[in-house]
Amino acid sequence: MTSTVNPVDERAARAPEFPMARAAGCPFDPPPGLRGMQQEGPLAKVRLWDGSTPWLVTGYADQRTLLGDPRVSADINRPGYPRQAPMPPGGTGVSFILKDDPEHARLRRMVTAPFAIKRVEAMRPGVQKIVDDLIDELLAGPNPVDLVEAFALPVPSLVICQLLGVPYADHDFFQENSKVIINRNVTPEQRSAAHGNLIGYLDDLMGEKIAHPVDDLLSGLAGRVTAGELARDEAAQMGVLLLIAGHETTANMIALGTLALFEHPDQLALLRETDDPKLISSAVEELLRYLHITHSGRRRVAVADIEIGGEVIRAGEGLILANDIANRDPDVFAEPDRLDLRRDARRHVAFGFGVHQCLGQPLARMELQVVYNTLYRRIPTLRPATELERIPFKHDGSVYGVYELPVTW
Amino acid sequence: MKVTVDQDKCVASGQCVVAAMEVFDQRDEDGIVVLLTPEPPAEQAEDVRHAAAVCPALAIEIQD
Ligand code: SF4
Repeated sequence: MTSTVNPVDERAARAPEFPMARAAGCPFDPPPGLRGMQQEGPLAKVRLWDGSTPWLVTGYADQRTLLGDPRVSADINRPGYPRQAPMPPGGTGVSFILKDDPEHARLRRMVTAPFAIKRVEAMRPGVQKIVDDLIDELLAGPNPVDLVEAFALPVPSLVICQLLGVPYADHDFFQENSKVIINRNVTPEQRSAAHGNLIGYLDDLMGEKIAHPVDDLLSGLAGRVTAGELARDEAAQMGVLLLIAGHETTANMIALGTLALFEHPDQLALLRETDDPKLISSAVEELLRYLHITHSGRRRVAVADIEIGGEVIRAGEGLILANDIANRDPDVFAEPDRLDLRRDARRHVAFGFGVHQCLGQPLARMELQVVYNTLYRRIPTLRPATELERIPFKHDGSVYGVYELPVTW
Repeated sequence: MKVTVDQDKCVASGQCVVAAMEVFDQRDEDGIVVLLTPEPPAEQAEDVRHAAAVCPALAIEIQD
């Protein structure tokens, strides 16, 4: 009877669970299971927490093709969309990153101006000051110290607060809540409550900005609300998205990047000894490629049949584009598992690809350039204060990184 | 080399500006791409090709 079984169904039946575990003792490499799949072919089936079996796409070229294909939807409310976690009771508002054009483009264009290259470059001296002040405090404080708490989180948090116009004094509150939102292991009720807290907070703030607009991003959105171009709940939703995305990702790149450099002393030495902006910029791209902290893949759903690599993805089937393994595709990056700060890694897909590519990437790049160029030069003896085995990794988060990184100098 | 950009497709990622500053710029209001040099000189060709390759929206077209 096996001959009559649809081969796709059969593959679904033996689909491995996703996300997969990393190899023990290998915190920077993608799970070995993903590597195996990449060697086997362009498409595979995986099983998610809810029993659904979306396609997993591992190859770099195929991911770029699919992420640029208008038949591929980012709309989380379409049937077949591969969700990372159960839907919270009553649902939550959906930000533009989980919508399709034209709605996505309409909303995204309202917040792109502050992330333009020249605007971001104009922020560089301010970011340098934030970084320098935090290092001064670090050096004056206890030793050893947790680098995440003392430096990696405050840098992007201070920057995004300034850009948005959110009082940094409230950072404990929104960091606690955003931690819950990006943790895959909390209950839907917990996630919904945390999201509600942040929406409430941003909505209050939006009220203030509507009444007293100043020169910041939230005031810009407030102006759109006043002009009737944007609903107030949409504005609050965007504020929450930018606030969470603005610090979680960069903070993890700072801490995990520092740990990766500790494990590669020759590469750390390169950064410690240079002030060549070209090398610093290539180092940032290579660490983005190598660490791929967005390790849960880009999630999409097909809205029409799509043929790729001799297979057909049917309309309504979910897709996970695993950018972590794409960044280790040997067809694109020679010796992909080697951290090599001098290589040209600019084509990596750490920020995704297609119209949903990360909006904040110019800001993230600039922050990381300033940090990597400053921290190790100002504290040349910076080193881990514990063994690698004792460092807690965020295997359960939708953004990968370390919960803590004790350092000494 | 001839370059064209599609502003409707552009998602304002700024990647082209980083890759080839003499050729691409962004509008102040929304960061959408502006083409400065439709026929860039040979020494910029490689940077422009790189810009087209990294543009996430496939908004940059090159004719040799
Ligand atoms: S790289 Fe593409 S999407 Fe980004 S600003 Fe340039 S044209 Fe627009």
